[in-house]
Amino acid sequence: MIGITEQFRDNWVLLQINGEIDMATGPQLRQRIVQYVQEGHVNIIIDLTEVDFIDSTGLGVLIGGLKRTRSHDGDLQCIGLSESLKEMFKLTGLDAVLTEQDT
Amino acid sequence: MTTGITLEIPAKAEYLSLVRAVVVSAAALDPAVEDQRLEDLRLAVSEATTNAIRSHANLGSEERITIRCGLTADRIEVEVQDRGPGFNPENITPVGPLDQPGRLNYEGGFGIPLMRVLADEIKINSADEGTTVQLVVYTPPSNESS
Repeated sequence: MIGITEQFRDNWVLLQINGEIDMATGPQLRQRIVQYVQEGHVNIIIDLTEVDFIDSTGLGVLIGGLKRTRSHDGDLQCIGLSESLKEMFKLTGLDAVLTEQDT
Repeated sequence: MTTGITLEIPAKAEYLSLVRAVVVSAAALDPAVEDQRLEDLRLAVSEATTNAIRSHANLGSEERITIRCGLTADRIEVEVQDRGPGFNPENITPVGPLDQPGRLNYEGGFGIPLMRVLADEIKINSADEGTTVQLVVYTPPSNESS
């Protein structure tokens, strides 16, 4: 299980994730992103500060979310990456498409 | 392998975190292993086990997945063995960069490339009766070993 808390700011939804994002927990995050987009919340910020592990399935969820939000003229960004997550984003090229904003 | 453990799990995603925790705990028994290498191993093992679970899911198999972790003086070796339908590693097409047009339509394609980067050695033996992925992470000489 992962914890997901949400905050609505202007036209952005901030999702704070707690836990590990993998094949077991990724579908939970994917479902939430789909739900937000369906409700018209197409600008999503995902705070990964409390995420200490994410694998390729989790990256796939983020990519799917990015595609879904952009197809509705929105965007998805990730913040709060640890050094190891930054390294993983760099290895996979995700840093080029998921703009990171330091808080 | 001089010392090691063997773990058998049902092919279910809920067991992934357990596999990661057990393998990393076993590897951490070698005090010479740096934290970053443990993180590399954690991710590589997770990718291999995820692929194994997927292969069983596609097959509808009730067979278990076997994970072996062994420590020697200079390396950590992990084997992830499934009984899925197998695949030809040579047929894996490298995926393009994410900022390439159309690339976002495909969410996968990271698992094996990540394993290749994270592990010092990787061998994939795949046949009709299953796949075994061997991951090796080198360890520096320990002051305690002779």
